[in-house]
Amino acid sequence: MNKITETLLRIVSEYDGDFKGAFNIREDGGCAGRQSTENVKIESKADKPGLEIHIKPGTKGEKISIPACVTRGNVDDLVYNDFFVGEGADVTIVAGCGVHTDSDEEARHNGIHRFFLEKGSRVLYTEKHIGTGSGTGAKRIDPVTEVNLAEDAVLEMDTVQIKGVDSTIRKTTGTLAARAKLIVRERIMTDGEEQAQTDFDVVLAGEDSGADLVSRSVARGHSHQVFNSCIRGENRCTGHSECDAILAEEGTVSASPSLEASHVDAELIHEAAIGKIAGEQILKLRTLGLTEEEAEERIISGFLK
Amino acid sequence: MLRLEHIAWELPDGEEIIRDIDLSIGSGKLVVVTGPNGGGKTTLAKLIAGIVKPASGRILLEGEDITGCDVTERAKRGIAYAFQQPVKFKGLTVRDLLDLAAGGGLSEPAVCGLLGKVGLCAEEYIDRELSAALSGGESKRIEIASVLARNAKLSIFDEPEAGIDLWSFTRLVETFQELQAEQKGTLLVISHQERILSIADEIVVIADGRVKNSGTRDEILPTLLSEERTIRCPHGKEDICHE
Repeated sequence: MNKITETLLRIVSEYDGDFKGAFNIREDGGCAGRQSTENVKIESKADKPGLEIHIKPGTKGEKISIPACVTRGNVDDLVYNDFFVGEGADVTIVAGCGVHTDSDEEARHNGIHRFFLEKGSRVLYTEKHIGTGSGTGAKRIDPVTEVNLAEDAVLEMDTVQIKGVDSTIRKTTGTLAARAKLIVRERIMTDGEEQAQTDFDVVLAGEDSGADLVSRSVARGHSHQVFNSCIRGENRCTGHSECDAILAEEGTVSASPSLEASHVDAELIHEAAIGKIAGEQILKLRTLGLTEEEAEERIISGFLK
Repeated sequence: MLRLEHIAWELPDGEEIIRDIDLSIGSGKLVVVTGPNGGGKTTLAKLIAGIVKPASGRILLEGEDITGCDVTERAKRGIAYAFQQPVKFKGLTVRDLLDLAAGGGLSEPAVCGLLGKVGLCAEEYIDRELSAALSGGESKRIEIASVLARNAKLSIFDEPEAGIDLWSFTRLVETFQELQAEQKGTLLVISHQERILSIADEIVVIADGRVKNSGTRDEILPTLLSEERTIRCPHGKEDICHE
């Protein structure tokens, strides 16, 4: 792998010179390293770019790393990754992405991930996104995630957009069977002229299924963010979505949550709050000895933690 | 250690809230500021903490004029302030706040010790977010703990009893007494509570923006209690009032 990939990996994927367990490193559309384990098989797709990742039933405690990096302009990387998680497995998937360009040409990664979690399986999915480089070319990351959860399956998604991504459209859809749970914690920071859009569409199809979608964002500079979410309760279920956004400078945010209940025992809640940092929050931290700027940074970093 | 000279403050419409206050507070004392609602107690505390600036007068801390210092500078010089209405933070935990207050590097046992001083079980609260999920009483006690964490030269508590339960209040009074005995810093407590007034070294009565009375507890408290009874029972006989 090249030096830029190595630097990006350290930021987005817990890379410390090596990966433990199964991994695949994607660099500028190619494979820069791969390893399967006894329980986790990573194979290339035959018909299009991307991977098929098969996790054996009952696999416990393994970490699978599938970072993707774009290290130069004029790369438009499209990848299809499918995760098949066997019954009763309990694993962590680390899927960071970094895009870098030092030219005026665009660098883009578009990862289309599909998750198929079998009965009773659990996955913690973590994802960090960052854009770097001195070039004027746009740095874009457009992830599409499709989630299919069988009975009693649990998927926890912890996603962060750190900084430097000029444009992102993040689409997540999900269908949950009985007692399945989807937990999403999304944090997005935009600055300058950056644009970010998040679309969630989750169907709670099974009895006692549940979704908890929490998005926290900070829009600074002249950046703009859009949050769209729809939770559809088609059975006895619980759904909660929350969008909290902090505006700084000339940043703008638009939140459009929606709930659709087609079952009398569907319990769906949405919360949304958009505003600047409250003056009393800054004042409180100043009474602890922080300057106004330090207080603002601390509030934002805590909010996005 | 703290001296206020001819301090005045008024609202933008010109209404005078603090009028020519002169006050000296000695080092290591527990001073309770009391008086009727709307008399200017909280404004006085905010003037000392630097949250509002006086229209005139000077504030001296250990002989140095801090009138022109902002909130941050006063905090760095050793003034801590517990807000009457605690501030909520999404993403900041109890541990984060206390660590910030202590200037960083606060150990877990130290965090637990601070929470214990305000009657909170550390295990239950240490990693809780300072969000709306905390009750008013819980937030209040964490706010007080954040000031205790600072080990400040001057700690100001604005109605610390408001919103907390009887058991926590008892623990809080004990904590004030411990700090008083250690004489590590000066405590300025705004309160109406007899139990806090009864442990004060000195009492300052503020009414209508002025110092109405001040002195030692023994000098001030009997008069205060007598006035309170008169207000509660203007006939002078409580049994008549109760009929």
